[in-house]
Amino acid sequence: MLTANTIERLQILTESAKYDVSCSSSGTVRKGVDGMVGNTVGGIGICHSFADDGRCISLLKVMLTNYCMYDCAYCVNRRSNDIRRATLSVSELEEITMEFYRRNYIEGIFLSSGVVRNPDYTMERLTAIVRDLRTIHRFNGYIHLKGIPGAGAELLTEAGRYADRISLNIETPKEQSLQLLAPEKDHQSVFRPMQLIQQGMLENKEDRHRLRHTPRFVPAGQSTQMIVGATTETDRDILTMSSALYGQPSLRRVYYSGYISVNTYDKRLPVLKQPPLVRENRLYQADWLMRFYHFNVDEIVDDTHTHLELDIDPKLAWALRHPEAFPVDINRADYELILRVPGIGVKSATLIVHSRRFNRLTSYHLKKMGVVMKKARYFITCGELTDGYASPIVGVNELRPERLRHLLTSESQRKRAAAEMQLTLDFDDDEPKP
Amino acid sequence: MLIYTFDASPDGLLSAIFDAFSRHERPDTLIGTGEQLPLFADNVHHVATAEDKAQRVWSGLERRLSPKALKIITLAYLSEDQSISQHLFNYFYKAFSQPATATSIEQNYADPDVLAVTNTAQRVLHERLRMMQFLRFQKAADGTYLGVISPDHNVLPLITDHFRDRFGDQPWLIYDARRHYGYYYDRQQLTHVTFADGQILPFDLATGKLNDDTLSADDKLFQELWRTYFKAICIRERINPKKQLSDMPRRYWRYMTEKQ
Repeated sequence: MLTANTIERLQILTESAKYDVSCSSSGTVRKGVDGMVGNTVGGIGICHSFADDGRCISLLKVMLTNYCMYDCAYCVNRRSNDIRRATLSVSELEEITMEFYRRNYIEGIFLSSGVVRNPDYTMERLTAIVRDLRTIHRFNGYIHLKGIPGAGAELLTEAGRYADRISLNIETPKEQSLQLLAPEKDHQSVFRPMQLIQQGMLENKEDRHRLRHTPRFVPAGQSTQMIVGATTETDRDILTMSSALYGQPSLRRVYYSGYISVNTYDKRLPVLKQPPLVRENRLYQADWLMRFYHFNVDEIVDDTHTHLELDIDPKLAWALRHPEAFPVDINRADYELILRVPGIGVKSATLIVHSRRFNRLTSYHLKKMGVVMKKARYFITCGELTDGYASPIVGVNELRPERLRHLLTSESQRKRAAAEMQLTLDFDDDEPKP
Repeated sequence: MLIYTFDASPDGLLSAIFDAFSRHERPDTLIGTGEQLPLFADNVHHVATAEDKAQRVWSGLERRLSPKALKIITLAYLSEDQSISQHLFNYFYKAFSQPATATSIEQNYADPDVLAVTNTAQRVLHERLRMMQFLRFQKAADGTYLGVISPDHNVLPLITDHFRDRFGDQPWLIYDARRHYGYYYDRQQLTHVTFADGQILPFDLATGKLNDDTLSADDKLFQELWRTYFKAICIRERINPKKQLSDMPRRYWRYMTEKQ
């Protein structure tokens, strides 16, 4: 039953949970069932609202409690922080979830918790709630459960039967950074549960081949999160880790969380005036290149380019480093090559390969299909009347990449990137100090 | 200049195609009855809507186009755009003009009509998604959930299946305040509802709010909880109104609990 201060506690626990970036409700399709409430839709999921910071609200992202026995430097809920603490009772949490869901406010719940007593005890409390939601409240919507690092195998196996997705945060790609910031955690305590979940998913897949009605186990797979800008890791470290994770069969999404200085007093962390939003955005773009554009991680970052460029996106950066790959002939080139042209996305590349069977495509057609010709024109050839000697093509090779780079970035873009570069430099200067 | 006028119904559009081929001519413009005729309208033919003709044309389309293309055509029609019937007419005409053995034109996005129909269908699907995202139910005292929408395109018929699947165990009414009709679901079946003029509505059409005497006792509390949650989830260091507005344009805020 809801009491007078439920509103206040919901506020406290939401503010504690909001720094976890994961929000998606995708990855699984489940039809409505008689006698149960809810379904899950496939594809991109449903975002029910967008907060003032522009992030989508799909799930009720809330913590069961924000009391925590750990003291991780980057976390707002660390033991040594003097913040308001609260706990929602199991029945309150369940009632809020169900009532919100029935009013079409949310797709489901994203449940997390501070670590109380020990990882197993905490995981057990979380598991109890999702079990209740599924069996007592007959809830058939989306459940995203936070795995507690170090939780035991039996608990994860049980939680996996009710949850759609379980996520554990890696936080930093290098273990020594994690050891520095979160001495109570190590990579083993995160990777071990992730492996257990993956194993469970693979076994479940086999079982379902044999018996079609075997209940599904974590059907939407796993996701994880890395903090950006709190430690010295390069973009190369981060993306190499992501690439390795995407190689695993169970991992669906890696989230990048631009570090927000919540604990400014901690000397292990840089003091950032603003979160590194441009860098975070570039990492997501690189992530998209790996997942949807057939890019390999070595093509995006390498020994000489350990950081993504802030003033241009990683796809344009690759194109400028590889002028020899251009121009791409829109009317003949493979789909994969067309995808590499800056200004052409998955949607327009698909339209192009379909339409060119009927007629020769010209820049007029491309523009109508939604290609960003401002960028793409330097990297392509297509069926133009002027093609040939009448007006020579001015492409990336004729202009030289350095000049083109200047042409394709606006003044405000350069300023924004420079402002954030400044922050990174500050951080590097601070580093050697004791 | 050859002009066809028709009654702006789907059957009328298909009958126009029938007439064009039976009369061996291609009209330059297709306009709805009662609309202003253009200058130099010297040759006007009025299309008489006939169900059997329409049916013949539609089954002809079924032979020439894939089921996916037919779905896109239906979606585009629901957009209620002014220019869509002309694009659809041209699309159909081209589909019938080419030999039956040729590759169907449905994927030729270099064709302005095919591209316009495809893009319009995409916009309708986007509007459908937005209704699934932004619709908010209020619970009435009798247990019925009410959601009021006012979509740009006529997408209400496209979302009822989703809500029926999701909220199969609760009675609900979704009402389109712009087109003045809705669907009521009583846990068994769906009923098309309209309110007669002058009838007293249990809710306010302008704000979508249920009247206080019909609202269930605890609904205000959950609305308050939701507003609290909405404010608390925002990270102040990352405020980004531009992104918020592009994903959730202001025209949808009217019926949204958290934005009232």
